[in-house]
Parts: sequence; C-alpha cells; structure tokens
Amino acid sequence: MTDIDVGGRVRVDRDRLLRILQDHGVHLGVAVLLLVNIAFTPHFVSAENFRTQAVQVAPVMIVALGMALAIGSEGVDLSVGSVMALSTSLLSLYLGYGMWIALIVAVLGGVAVGMAGGALVAFVGVQPIVATLALMVAGRGLALVLLPQLKDVRDPTMASLGSGDVLGVPYLVLIAAALALLVAFVVRRTTFGRQLLAIGDSRPAARLAGLPVRRVLVLVYVCSGALAAIAGVLATARLTASDPTSLGHLMELSAITAVVVGGTPLSGGRVRVGGTVAGAVLIQLLTATLIKHDLPPSWTQIAQAVVIILAVYAARERGRR
Amino acid sequence: MPAHPAGPAAVLSAAGLSKTFPGVRALDGVDFTVRAGEVHALIGENGAGKSTLIKVLTGVYRPDPPAAPGAGVLTYDGSEVEFATPLEAQHAGISTIYQEVDLVPLMSVARNLFLGWEPRGRLGLIDFRRMHREADAALRDLGVRVDVRRPLRELGVGVQQMVALARAVSVDARVVVMDEPTSSLEPREVVTLFGVIRMLRERGIAVIYVSHRLDELYEVCDTVTVLRDGRSVHTGPIAGLDRLRLVSLMLGRELGDVRDQGLTRFSGSHDTAAEPVLRAEELTVRHQLHGVSLTVRPGEVVGLGGLLGSGRSETAKAIAGALPPDSGRVVVAGVPVRTGSTPAAIRAGVSLLPEDRKAEGIVPGLSVRENIALAALPGLSRFGLVDEARIDRVVATFMKRLRIKASGPHQKVGELSGGNQQKVLLARWLAMNPKVLLLDEPTRGIDVGAKAEVQKLIDELADDGLGVLLISSDMEELIEGSDRVVVLKDGAVVEELAGDAVTEDRLLRAVAAMPADVPADVPADVPVDVPAVRTASGGDDD
Amino acid sequence: MTVGTHSPRSPLGPPGPRSPVRPADGGTDADPPGPARAERVSAFAQQHGALVTLVVAVLAAWLSFDTFMTTDNMQNMAVSSAFLAVVALGTTFVIVTGGIDLSVGSLFALGGVLAAWGSRYGSAVALLLPLAVCGLVGFVNGLLISRSRLAPFIVTLAAMLGARGILLAVTDEGSRTYLVDEDSFFATLGQGKVLGVGAPVWITVGLFVAGAVVLRRSRFGQYVYAVGGNEDAAALMGVPVARTKTAVYTLSGLCAGLAGALNAAWLVSGVTILGSGMELEAISAVVIGGTLLSGGFGFLSGSLVGVLLLKVIQNVINQIGSLDSAYQQVVSGGFLAVVVVAQTWLGRRRRVL
Repeated sequence: MTDIDVGGRVRVDRDRLLRILQDHGVHLGVAVLLLVNIAFTPHFVSAENFRTQAVQVAPVMIVALGMALAIGSEGVDLSVGSVMALSTSLLSLYLGYGMWIALIVAVLGGVAVGMAGGALVAFVGVQPIVATLALMVAGRGLALVLLPQLKDVRDPTMASLGSGDVLGVPYLVLIAAALALLVAFVVRRTTFGRQLLAIGDSRPAARLAGLPVRRVLVLVYVCSGALAAIAGVLATARLTASDPTSLGHLMELSAITAVVVGGTPLSGGRVRVGGTVAGAVLIQLLTATLIKHDLPPSWTQIAQAVVIILAVYAARERGRR
Repeated sequence: MPAHPAGPAAVLSAAGLSKTFPGVRALDGVDFTVRAGEVHALIGENGAGKSTLIKVLTGVYRPDPPAAPGAGVLTYDGSEVEFATPLEAQHAGISTIYQEVDLVPLMSVARNLFLGWEPRGRLGLIDFRRMHREADAALRDLGVRVDVRRPLRELGVGVQQMVALARAVSVDARVVVMDEPTSSLEPREVVTLFGVIRMLRERGIAVIYVSHRLDELYEVCDTVTVLRDGRSVHTGPIAGLDRLRLVSLMLGRELGDVRDQGLTRFSGSHDTAAEPVLRAEELTVRHQLHGVSLTVRPGEVVGLGGLLGSGRSETAKAIAGALPPDSGRVVVAGVPVRTGSTPAAIRAGVSLLPEDRKAEGIVPGLSVRENIALAALPGLSRFGLVDEARIDRVVATFMKRLRIKASGPHQKVGELSGGNQQKVLLARWLAMNPKVLLLDEPTRGIDVGAKAEVQKLIDELADDGLGVLLISSDMEELIEGSDRVVVLKDGAVVEELAGDAVTEDRLLRAVAAMPADVPADVPADVPVDVPAVRTASGGDDD
Repeated sequence: MTVGTHSPRSPLGPPGPRSPVRPADGGTDADPPGPARAERVSAFAQQHGALVTLVVAVLAAWLSFDTFMTTDNMQNMAVSSAFLAVVALGTTFVIVTGGIDLSVGSLFALGGVLAAWGSRYGSAVALLLPLAVCGLVGFVNGLLISRSRLAPFIVTLAAMLGARGILLAVTDEGSRTYLVDEDSFFATLGQGKVLGVGAPVWITVGLFVAGAVVLRRSRFGQYVYAVGGNEDAAALMGVPVARTKTAVYTLSGLCAGLAGALNAAWLVSGVTILGSGMELEAISAVVIGGTLLSGGFGFLSGSLVGVLLLKVIQNVINQIGSLDSAYQQVVSGGFLAVVVVAQTWLGRRRRVL
C-alpha cells in the first residue's frame, strides 16, 4: 500500500508542477529569455532596442487579444491575418477622405468580416475553423482586389501614429496596452465577458441558464475582427505602406501561439489576457534572440513551430484531468 | 420457454463483481449469470449499477481486482477472462447493441455490416457483389428486407438496430447485450425486434436485455435480475413474478413497509388553494411525451413519479423550453409562454435544475460567485457592466441562506461537493426570483446530510410561495416532499395522487401500472392510461 | 470540430427521427414522394453540383473568349491543375477522416526545393528525397494527432511553419534557387508529353485512379470513411483508428511532396516562394467537390472536378485581363463559404426530415 501512496504523492506533485508551469510558464519563459539576452546579447539593454521590440510586438498582441476571446468561447478565428490585409487596403483607399474616415472604414471592414464569421458559427452552426477559413481566403482576395499592390501611405498623421511617442513610449505600445486593459476589463467586468466564459466552458449549461449564446458568439467574432483591423491599421502606420499581399500573413498562427503559450486552453472557458500579452512578448523575444545571434529566420520558424506544439501538448495534459 | 437453472450451461457469469469509482461503489459484489439461449432482463433504477455492470461485462470498464479468491471474477465459456477493451470482448463473442446505434451512419448498410472483414477478391480489393449478396442474406435471415446499398442514416432506427444485430450475429456473437433497444422504435419495429430476439434464443445465443418497459420484459424475457444500489437483489424466472413485486424490488420498498414520517426533512403539506402558477397542457414530443398535462399551484410541491424513462425529465425540459414540444402549451401565472425557448421560459419565471448537474447545470470552470450570478447577470449589470457590489450582496445572501459550503465565493464550482453544487444551482435560480422551480433529481448523488438540507430548502421555498415540480427516483422523498404526485408511464400521465392518496402503496401500484391495478377512484379529470399508440404511431408529425 | 477538445464526435449526431419510416420487416419499399425527392435532390446537389457548375463555366468561357478553348490554353490549364490535384488527393483522404491538413502548401514548396536540390544526385534522389521528407512530416503530424490527440488544425499549422523553416534552411534563407538539369529523366516527368498531353497530367490521372481504387475498393478506404463517419463506433467495430489517421496524414504529406517535385520538374527549378495559400485552395477544391468537412463522406472524382473548377475560374479571370488575379481568391473563398453553408444546411435538413 505504501508504494501506491508514494506513487500517488509523486503524481500529485507532478500535477502541481505541471499546473504551475502551465499558469506561469510563460512568465518564466519571458524572464529566462530576458536574462539570457541581458547576459549574452550585445546592445540588448538599450531603450532603443526595447522600443523596437515593443513596437514590433504591438500588432501581434492586439490580434492575439481578439483570438483569446475566440478561443475562450471554444472557437478560433483564422481570418485575422486577412482582416489585417483588408483593413490596410481600406485604409489606403479611403485615406483621401481624411484619416479618421479611413480609420473608421478600416475597422468597420474588420467588424463586417467578424460578423460574417460569427453568423456562420452561431446561426448556421459551421465549425469555427471552417467558417473563418473561408473568410480567410475571401478576405485576403478582397484586400488584393481593393488594392492590388503595395502602396505608400504618405499621410503625415498616419506616419506620426506609427513612429511617434509620448515621453518615449511609442503610440503603438500605448494603444496596445490600452486595448489589453480594455479586453481584460471586458472579460472581467462585463456581462458579455462572463457569458463568453460560461459559453466556452459549458455550452449546454449556458444554454439551459438562458444565456443569449448566439448573440455572444457573434459579438466574439466581431471583437476579434475589429481588433485585427486595428492591428492592421497600426501596422500600416508603422510601415508607412499598405501591403495587402504580405501584411498579416501567418498572423493567425502567431496569435494562436501567443494565446496558447499564454495559458488560455484551446478547450475554452478561460481567457488569460495577461498571459496572452506575455505570450506575444515571449514569441517576439524568441525571434529577437535568434535573430540577434545571427540565427537565420528558418530557425525562428522551426522554433516557433516547436513552441506551439509544446504549448498545446502541455495544455492537453490539463484537459485530461 | 423459460430457462431452468439446470438447463444449458452458463455462457457468461460474474461472481462477486465490484467496481469502485472515486467516492462511489457502483457495483458491490454482484453475481450475474446468463445461459445459452436465455433472454435475461437486467433492470434497476438510475444509479442501481446496470450500466456499470454492462460496461464491465463488455470490456468498457475493468472490474476491481478480486478481493478474495473467486470473488470479482468474470467467467466466459468456462474460463476466467479479463477484457481490456470492448473490442476484445467483441472478438471473444460478446456484442453490445447500444441505445444510440453505434454504427457509421454515412456508410451503406452492407459496408457497416462488413466493416473490417469485407469479402475480398482479386488483388485484395473488396468484392462488393459478394458483400451485398451476403449482407442481404444476413438481414433476410433476421426478417429484414432492405436495400443494403443505402446509407444507414436514411433508414429507420429499427433497421439500424437490425443491422447492428446482424453484425453481431455474423461475427459469431454468443452473448448479445441490448441496452434499451426499444426506446426509439415504432411499435411495428418492436414486434420485429422481438421476433429476432426469439430467433437468437432458438439459436442458443444468450441475450442480456436492459429495459425500463415492464411490459416488454414480460413479453420477451425468461429471467430477470434486479439491481439496486450496486447489488443484485433478485434473480429468477420472470414468469410468475408479480409486477408489483418487481417494482418494489427495483425501488427497494416493500408494500406495507411504509416507515414513519420524519426520515426526510419535509414538513408536509402546503397551502394549495391558490390559482395554478404553472399549467402544462397536452405536451407532446415525438417518441417521448404523449399529451402530458399538469398544474402546479403557488406554494405547492408537485411530485412527478414514474420509472426511469417514463418521461419525467422530458416533461421538465419541455416546460423549461429546453425540449421543443411538437404540440402543447405552457402557461405561467396565466400567461402562455413561447415553448422551445429557454430564455422565454426563464423570463416567465420558470427555472430548471437539470438532472445532469455536471454537464448541463454547473459551469465547472467558473467560481461559485460567477455561477450564482450567471443567469441573473443582465439584471445585475448596468449598461453591460457588471455591478460587482450587487453581485457580492446577492451571492453572500444566497450562500448564507442556502448554507453553501465553499472555501469562499471564488472557489471553482467544479471543486465543490455534489450537494453544494446543487445549492449553487438553486441559488442561481433563486437570484432570478422564479415563480416555478423544476427540480430534476435534486438530491441524487449527494451525501445524506446535504440531502436533508436540500430537502429542507425545497420545503422552505414552497412555504415562500414558489411552485415546485419535484422529480425524484427516491420514493420516500417523493411521497414526503410532495403535496400531489403525478405519475408518468411511457411518456403519458397515468395517475394523479393527492392528499391522503399520496402513499407508497398507491404510488407503487401506479408506477407498476398494470391496467387492472389502477384503482377505479381516480379523479375524473386525470387522463388515465392515455393510449400510447395514439401519438406514438408516428408519421403524422413529419 | 470543437477546437482542442476531443469530445466523441459524431458529425451528424444520432440518427434522429427521420422521415420515411421504413417498416423493419420490409413491407413497402416504395418511397413516399416528398421527403425522398428532397433527399435525392440534396444528394444530387452534393455529388454533381460541382460538375454541373464546371460544365456551365467551361461553356460560358468557351462562348465568351476565343482564347479559352485553344490547345495551348487547355494544355496549360491541365498541367497547372495537375499539381493542385495531387495535393487535393491527399487532402481528400484527410478530410474524409474528419481532419484538416494546413501544412500541404508549405510541404508542396519544400518538396519542390528538395527535388531540385536532389536532382544533382540523380533523378531517383530528386523524386525520393521530397517524398521521404514530406512523408515524414506528414507522419509526425499524424502521430501527434492520432496518438497525442492534439487538434489537427494546430498541429498542421505548426507543421506549415516548420516546413517553411526547413525550406528556408535548405535554400540559404530563400536566397538560392536550385535548378534541375533539363536533360535529366526527372525533368521529363514535368516537361515530357505523351500523346500531346503533359506528363504531370498522366501521372495525376494515374494517381487518381489508384487513389479512387484505394478509397472505394480497399479495406483501408473503408476504415477512412468509418473513422470520419463515427470515430467511436469505428473503434468499437475494430477499426484501427489511430493507424488510419496516421496513414492519411502521411499520405497527405507524400502527395504534397510529390506534387511539389513534379512542379519543380515542370519549372526545372525549385522555386521557393510557391505553395503559400495552396492548402486553402486544396481544401476549397475538395469541399467544392462534395466532400463533407465533417468527415465520413466524399469522393476523389469530386475533388478533381473541384480543382478544375477553381482553375477554370482562375483562367477566366486571367482572360478578362482587366481583373486582378485576386478575384480568384474572393471567388474561391466565397465558394467555400457557400458550399459549407449548403452542406451544413443540407445535413441538418436531412436529419430533420
């Protein structure tokens, strides 16, 4: 009997270790990467470098916030990359009417795509992967139809949005931080957030409790679309160019990675905003580390692929219990 | 042709079989033997251990290791066996026909029949001609004529079951387990099925037959084993066994064995003079409910009695909007409610505590606090923003009032005990100020102390003027908790007991419901013994 | 498919009350007209809708553009369809099991680069190297999906990235393009013609015939349908579910690698920037061809028709000239959405009926 007890205790400890790793692994990873870089990477600790990293991570982070909502509702949104492309196209097209009009149109484009995806998921009952996959194909195409090739964005306000700062903190970073806080607030403090989590955790229970399941699901994809569109606008401002061919390419993958690495389970019912932000930072740091040490982009991609599989694998262990 | 103990040899037998799950002893030393050419009924109420026993016999679960030599052993065909997977059991010759037929609906009848052992011709390619011919022959053998090239899902459940049976017989099954095979069959299909079962018996195949429909057991079975609380309480030939006796064995109550009141925490009767707060009229759901009508007055606890599968949960779900009825009305406080819509029912003041607490009730990953506030959220927020202070007040009130034991409002509900989960659900609905509470097995799977508490709560709620519809497999609970009891059988109301008539004796008789057993003094307004064929014949609501 | 969870999946649910109540004992076999006709119409739409659309599209293009029905244009279309068709062949198997493979576009590109790189060591290496590597990636995908029970979309999405990474590593971060010797046997696989039709087209036709025989007439094919139709039931009926799944993802990798190799032979070089978005084209073609995304139902001829339809539309858009090729994506995305909605709707209707 004692043998079993010992085995049991070991198992429990392993469980706890695993859970700690799942909950805080991402912070641990960020910390380790930071320390490694501070120790071994020349010119890592500089305001300029931190600025660059932060500006680069901002769009991914914003997209990942929307993705976290979709995954929290036990879905996924593969159309985010195409929505970014669509928003950059719309932005270019409507910039002639003034920046604010263009901004609003670009975001509305994202809202429309999200609404279409949400309707397919909530009302038609199409699997989220498939619904958003169709929109991913069509969205990218539409973006290219609207703006067939790369176009410079010469609007000075846009340029300052992309490169300006307040007290040394770039606008992009401020906006990303504000959106992260907003999403955290929505998840924690609004009826929508609570209902979203309940639906993601147990759809039958949510339905029997009389929650407006369809409305909430549509809203989830609308949020995801809107956030992706905002990310598209910001990326355009940073690059001072609209490039619907490559903007947002593989963004869905980076966003899903950030969310999953951040500890939001793919099985829904939980949205970890802080973890998602840290997940995005982790991937950015990983890429930066590899690049700064002259490892080619190929390594980055392979490393990212491995990180995704590991994160999903770890999350699976939790799901089993 | 009843099987006699001295008859054919036992094919499959279990001796002192136990199966323990964390915290629950689902099977407690069960003996069970089935012989060649015997149709053996296995019956018992929810939680009696039927499905666990079947799962152990068919390799889905593994039994507990033998506590003593010879105990906890499975013997098949004369030798001790241990099945690791259902597949292993199947290869050995034990086939199971599940309630939801476990075949591949998109594949053709013949492909399903021969999946994995298709006849192959040259080059190892499947010989479809031969396959179709043999499939046709195998089904004809069972008296079924059907185009074997058609996708299975285009055919009736009855035919699908026949295909599953034909597959079982074709792979040389020696034991066939049927889990509620008739639950979704048309009467005609039932007749065919029984013909096939008799044919199997003649071929010396042992059949284990699980059903809640007593009539069927008498019609087709030779032997019966009654399980209760994980033990086998009776085994013997079914012929000559009194129906009433059978029911009392299942429910664990003897006639005239009514114990003193006070075992439960119910206080007794409530004021029942007011106008009904809930009126369900002629609720009909194909295959499930056949014109069920009932009323609940404010401050009244109405019990819904009947055996498992009699339509109790379905009635509750239909009233709560979770099961769209084909016809019928639900009226709450004089106002008709749109049926088939949970939000509409909830707005009207109807709250359902579902039977499957874990899957349909709690949201396990959320905290006690979020679970309690879940349904009432719109009322507890302003402009979509949650009013945390008000939620805290509501949660504190109900946690105190319902005596919910948790480490705090932020503990995950999934971590609580069953009784406390149930109280959280009750709190969720009470926060909505409901007019009617539908409680489906509110005390199942929770420990004795918590059970008494929940019962006391139900009582208090009724005293506060709520209308309560109580579903329970616990006879005692039903009788002592209810002011009236509506008895269901096969999806129809067969009797309504009120006042002094709410006794175990009457309830048992009504549940067993042999037409002759139904007393003549049933109130005239109660539809007695609604002929099930009227709505069950199907086809009219396509 | 719910993301991440692996709940027992039975895409069409339990066969609920369905209409033609057929007496088990045979009785009448005459179909009641109403529901049966609807059923037949929906079945026809599913099986032949793409073919009808294809015929209409070809006729319309023929009538509208003089340059459409020319030998050159037909040749080009046939060859460029061939590569997508081979990819779609593997995708069909995956989708019939109810899975999804997003890595095929990257594997297509990787296969091409490896073939071109390997061609310097002989035609056998040029052909076998991409098959080995892409097959291995598919095999690993299959193991992670079937044994570790990870969600197919995320595993193959990661593989998409990983394969792209390998490709970059092989080509000095995409800066080097390997060439194929035009006189080698390998190049003739892409460039050669038999009876005036390009070799890739013949190879594709051969593969589709073989694939169709495997899918329809072999036991493995039955397993593929059974796993997609009802995984739990299939397991209970003795189908080696995990092995079947691993096999289809391996097959999908092999097909993508082979298609990439043939493409490289055709272009006589390993172009690094190909294949992006090809997984979506392949999935679109398969679904347009009538294969259910929820699994358990589908056929290769449909996928072939789907590929041709996409290519005809692409060709027409090119013929119009003033239209950008991006319209192709809008059309296939829209097509995909419409087909998926129709499938969901038809599926539900059939269930309710």
